[in-house]
Amino acid sequence: MMAEVTTTTAKDTPKRKGPGYRFNWVGKIGLAIILFWAVVAVVGPWLAPHPPGEIVDWDYFGPVTKDFWMGTDYLGRDIFSRILMGARYTVGIALAAVTLACTLGVILGMVAAVAGGWFDMILSRLLDAFNGIPSLLFGLVVVAAVGSSIPVLVLTLAAIYMPGAYRFARALAVNVNTMDFVTVARARGEGTPYLILREIFPNILGPVLADLGLRFVFIVLVLSGLSFLGLGVQPPNADWGALVRENIEGLSLGAPAVIFPSVAIASLTISVNMFIDNLPTKIRDRSE
Amino acid sequence: MPQSLTPWFLVIQRLGIALLTLVIVSFAVFFATELLPGDVAEILLGQAATPEAVAGLREAMGLNEPALSRFVGWLVGLLGGDLGTSYVNKMEVVELISGRLGNSLKLAGVTTLVSVPIALALGIGAAMWRGSLFDRIVSVLTISVISVPEFMVATLAVLIFAVWLGWLPALSYGADVSSLSAMLKAYAMPVITLSFVVSAQMIRMTRAAVIETINTPYVEMALLKGASRKRMVLGHALPNALGPIANAVALSLSYLVGGVIIVETIFNYPGVAKLMVDAVSTRDLPLIQSCAMIFCVSYLSLITLADMIAILSNPRLRR
Repeated sequence: MMAEVTTTTAKDTPKRKGPGYRFNWVGKIGLAIILFWAVVAVVGPWLAPHPPGEIVDWDYFGPVTKDFWMGTDYLGRDIFSRILMGARYTVGIALAAVTLACTLGVILGMVAAVAGGWFDMILSRLLDAFNGIPSLLFGLVVVAAVGSSIPVLVLTLAAIYMPGAYRFARALAVNVNTMDFVTVARARGEGTPYLILREIFPNILGPVLADLGLRFVFIVLVLSGLSFLGLGVQPPNADWGALVRENIEGLSLGAPAVIFPSVAIASLTISVNMFIDNLPTKIRDRSE
Repeated sequence: MPQSLTPWFLVIQRLGIALLTLVIVSFAVFFATELLPGDVAEILLGQAATPEAVAGLREAMGLNEPALSRFVGWLVGLLGGDLGTSYVNKMEVVELISGRLGNSLKLAGVTTLVSVPIALALGIGAAMWRGSLFDRIVSVLTISVISVPEFMVATLAVLIFAVWLGWLPALSYGADVSSLSAMLKAYAMPVITLSFVVSAQMIRMTRAAVIETINTPYVEMALLKGASRKRMVLGHALPNALGPIANAVALSLSYLVGGVIIVETIFNYPGVAKLMVDAVSTRDLPLIQSCAMIFCVSYLSLITLADMIAILSNPRLRR
């Protein structure tokens, strides 16, 4: 795969900054959906046609009507409003967790790559061991131990995906660390912080951002899974996974209350995948 | 050291790493469940937690001993098959788990039997006709399955097979397995869902493994000398891709561990995962610890197996 990437960049280089940064239409659609959910997460509650927590329909598992665009849930609450509200939890928690995981993982990874020696070895072994715990199980055990709250969820999800971010960043940083310009900087007498921030970080940023996107998808999936098991966001609040759980009884009736929250999750994860897969090569790979 | 022993040395090294990982993982599980929640004695006594009662129970349960020695004691008990007693109904954890474990293994086994042949056929086919319509459809489908949560696959399966087609019961697990058709119906939904989740990974990895082999010079040579595409892939590429494919199969099966937790819950299937999710809601810590260890051990063994296959099947190490 590396060979493939290098050849395309080589082809693009003479044109200088032109098409290398342009997105194709699949990537643009992905980006548009991501931005849409990001905006909804911020302003969602003001857009909601009904108060998300209030029972507005006397019928439960109501169908799609003019008043209730996505039907009503098991208590007769408006699903459309609840999805808008849920975006805040799903997107917000996942974003916080992925930022934490990647920041910590990338910093540790770069330090380990530059420092090397026993620090690198012990840290790598330890974090590899954490990769030996299935992610959903890790979440289950922590929630069983300390109970579920939003800070606990963010920290747990960050802890689950930090080792992967570390491993990825370390592998990239080890490669960059052996390059001539880093050797020159070291010979110049630059200190470790300078090497990490000015020489290595800019050169691994692109792939690290792509990795962050993938990790975001995994976190959304595990968070939805935990909420679906009733161990994530707690009632009366609900993220999209919790919305599916609440209304699962309506499944055998084919109620829209189960379908639309699932569609919301899928639209977010699939669009992030679409976006990452179609990132301009210039961003994905800076080795040229 | 003779060259021929190198792969075995690597395998033993890999086993050692797996054992070390297992110790660290059990350490993490023990400390997460024993130390984080606060005083176990207080939780157990609930309303009746007078200071004297708590002190008495702590003494009786050996909670006053240092944490490290309790960890060692727990680990030794685990190895000897003593999993402790449930906090909730005072039953032996071994008894609670033993029946359930069989059910979960049955589910995993049937899923493996169903998904491996289908996934291999689709993965190799997609690689053989790379870039064709078939390949693109398979790619889009597998990506979609991978990027949605497991419960959504289950939801879709119920919608399609139970609600719209009406072939299978929706969410109930019939305990009645007297006839073959009843048993098929009880297993169908969980197996279909799990197979989708596991196959998607397996198809992608198999396709990648075969394509990597097709891109080597010796397969190109076969093409140049006029071998048909079928002969080129099945006769020349496939034998060398078997190692990576076996690696992919073992690795994808480790997704069973996560998938089974969701699937057993959604279909109310009486397996270990359901037991564990129920134990989490009642905070039955000994039961959670044991179930978590069962999952971690199966997950670790599958990953280790995948790595060992990769090492042993690499001919460069055998020379």
